[in-house]
Amino acid sequence: MKKKTETYSLRRDAWRRLLRNPTAIGGLVLLGLMIVACVAGPWVSPYTFEEMDLLSANTGPSSTHWFGTDELGRDLLTRTLVGGRISFAVALAATLVSLVIGVTYGGISGFMGGRVDAWMMRIVDVLYALPFTLLVILLITVFERNLILLFVAIGAVEWLTMARIVRGQVMGLRHQEFIEACQVLGYSRARILFRHILPNILGTVIIYVTLTIPSVMLLEAFLSFLGLGVQPPMSSWGSLIKDGVGAMEDFPWQMSFPGAALFVTLLALNFLGDGLRDALDPRREGES
Amino acid sequence: MIRFLIHRLIFQALPTLLVLTLLSFLLVRLAPGSPFATEKELPPQTLETLNRTYGLDQPIPVQYFRYLGGLLRGDLGPSLKKPGFTVRELIGSALPVSLELGFFALLYALILGLSLGILAAVRPNGWGDAVAMSMALLGICVPSFVLGPLLALGFGLELGWLPVMGWETPADRILPVISLGSIYAAYIARLARGGMLEELSKDYIRTARAKGLSETRVILGHALRGGIQPVISFLGPAAAGLLTGAFVVEVIFNIPGMGRIIVPAAQNRDQFLVLGCVLLFGALMVLFNTLVDVVLAWLNPRIRLGKGA
Amino acid sequence: MTQLSVKNLHVRFPLREGSLQAVKDVSFSLKKGGSLGIVGESGSGKSVCVSTLLGLVPVPPATISGSAHFQGVDLYNCSDAALREIRGKRISMIFQDPMTSLNPHMRVVDQIAEPLRIHEGMSRKNARLRAVKAMEMVGIPDAASRAKSWPHEFSGGMRQRVMIAMAMISEPELLIADEPTTALDVTVQRQILELIHELQQNTGMSLIMISHDLAVVASVCEQIAVMQHGVMVEQGKTDEVFQNPRHPYTRGLLKCNPTLHEPGTRLTTLEEVLGEL
Repeated sequence: MKKKTETYSLRRDAWRRLLRNPTAIGGLVLLGLMIVACVAGPWVSPYTFEEMDLLSANTGPSSTHWFGTDELGRDLLTRTLVGGRISFAVALAATLVSLVIGVTYGGISGFMGGRVDAWMMRIVDVLYALPFTLLVILLITVFERNLILLFVAIGAVEWLTMARIVRGQVMGLRHQEFIEACQVLGYSRARILFRHILPNILGTVIIYVTLTIPSVMLLEAFLSFLGLGVQPPMSSWGSLIKDGVGAMEDFPWQMSFPGAALFVTLLALNFLGDGLRDALDPRREGES
Repeated sequence: MIRFLIHRLIFQALPTLLVLTLLSFLLVRLAPGSPFATEKELPPQTLETLNRTYGLDQPIPVQYFRYLGGLLRGDLGPSLKKPGFTVRELIGSALPVSLELGFFALLYALILGLSLGILAAVRPNGWGDAVAMSMALLGICVPSFVLGPLLALGFGLELGWLPVMGWETPADRILPVISLGSIYAAYIARLARGGMLEELSKDYIRTARAKGLSETRVILGHALRGGIQPVISFLGPAAAGLLTGAFVVEVIFNIPGMGRIIVPAAQNRDQFLVLGCVLLFGALMVLFNTLVDVVLAWLNPRIRLGKGA
Repeated sequence: MTQLSVKNLHVRFPLREGSLQAVKDVSFSLKKGGSLGIVGESGSGKSVCVSTLLGLVPVPPATISGSAHFQGVDLYNCSDAALREIRGKRISMIFQDPMTSLNPHMRVVDQIAEPLRIHEGMSRKNARLRAVKAMEMVGIPDAASRAKSWPHEFSGGMRQRVMIAMAMISEPELLIADEPTTALDVTVQRQILELIHELQQNTGMSLIMISHDLAVVASVCEQIAVMQHGVMVEQGKTDEVFQNPRHPYTRGLLKCNPTLHEPGTRLTTLEEVLGEL
């Protein structure tokens, strides 16, 4: 007598695994708090991020200024939160850019196969060897400093990995029987690609997106630290850290708070990313 | 093996380098306006003379080939913002410094990362694993430009144990190398752990144990050769990251390396200087990647024998 | 002269929910120079059973109870060092899939020579010479020139011979063969079985062979044991068990084996047989 077996959809199973992972949940919560703080915090704060108060310049953390003030008397907490908005915005926009380019390129390459795929991947191989960060620096040197340019440039650094991953996944699926069934039913290629293949690689794509966001955030912070990223009057965590480092000896909090904010966000993102990776493919032991 | 190397050099390294020079050059030349146009208003006469002096009035393909020709002769062009200096002169003394910093940082990252990763893989989910992987996670989340100042503040300024400026004595190297290399040590630790765990679960490890080998020999003599593969594959991107990461560390610790050349050059829009740096690094990276490919191929017996059997 | 005696072996593996009793109260013994074949379907616990002898089943998470004595050594309660002394030297084991069971990154001669280097401290050069001899002994042609090759350069049957050479090189007292022919072509299976049988006769070592294929075991082993769901349901001399199987499961297995069937008659399935009972 056979026992009736319950069927679990893959997604539900993965979701359950994720929810059971305390660090992943911790990461999610922390990330959520950070985002809420950065978005809502500045509205609630009694200070604006450019409000100067030269009399209270360079004071340490106190009850009126929880994170202290900078050299122009601006409240560091508010500045850190606003900086967070920019850091998140750039990270998300750049990730979106790399996602769109990568998935499209990889999807087409994997789906078409044959010579088209061979050439497309050849191009990727050549581009992969290029020092993209340097090219970004070159771009920034040459063109007007522009936020959109920053999104595109940073996104352009990361799309290659995404393209390779997507292409690999699509190729794997292409030969499966349910795709052949679609072809037999006469579905157009576009329909097969978008409605049948792509939803099935969603899991892998999500994992890589969660891994890309911290990379991108780091890259933006790196560029801003060098003065090549976000330009004043806008500031992101990277540029705040840069400002803080200059006064590090005398006023260490100016660098520490934005640094801590960046650290906590990256930590949360990594916890979440690791958790997602374990949930969606528990067999894999930690490729990074 | 030599054939493989030559094949790689000609069919991958060279095209990549050419694409790099082309791409970079086009980026620079196709930018709107002449590089001098950002300065204060210059009379058109002067502008013309400047353009002619630097060869900027020729059609673009001509410029490209002249530049390429110059490259082959070792001439990287003049600095636009530091008249009287060629790019080559400016880079010349700075490059070895950055290379040294990068090299030691890579060495540090490899030693620390491999040790932690292997230790973690040997007793998975145990105490050592948890500690090693926590450290690795922290390492990934603390960028070099946060770690550097913190280390400098703590060990340098407060405790006074280590110097924070310059590049003279061996002790000067310590903090910059640690600041630069730690994040890569963390990546390598994770990769090594993953690679070793996967390798240790394979059948031939069971055979090795059944032969009576000690656990150390099983891990180091058998599993390591396969388990280290993800780490070696990572060396390419790691080197690239280290070289660019070095800029930040050089700025923080006041080291006379490429960072101090390229960062102001980028800020001042000194195109040829930045272009020169980009190409130089690019070429180094391409060569390094080729080397890594060769090592990877050598480690894999199937490829080592030369496409067959 | 009893060489190996296993009593009341229980092996349990914890699962995410509950646990799996892989081996339930198994006992058997083997005399010097004897040969025992353990048969059963996949999942019957036969591999787990013999893997415990060499300590190849990691004890946390598994739990093992019972005893196994080999020439006076208590295999389940001896030190790691003592166990390592026995592995590859007094008791050797060969496995099912020679492609994955050989180290792809190591030359064949070095893998075969390794037990000698560790157990006898032999120099690399001497060990390699012995390894080449071992390769000849198992019937690998051109052994000397092929010694420095890599595993992937050999065919399946040759690779299994390499494994056997590796297992035999220290002249073990007992050889355990876990499904040695399952991954091989049918024509090659015969050769390997004959090789194992011949080696056993020549050296006087004991043999334990595991297989899901009755015919394989019957051709090489004097004694046979049948396992089902972790329990050893029948044991005895091969001839007797084949003529007079006592347990219904054994009878079922015999009935289902295609090679033991009259050609032209319809084959039976195990479910049909067990359903009749």
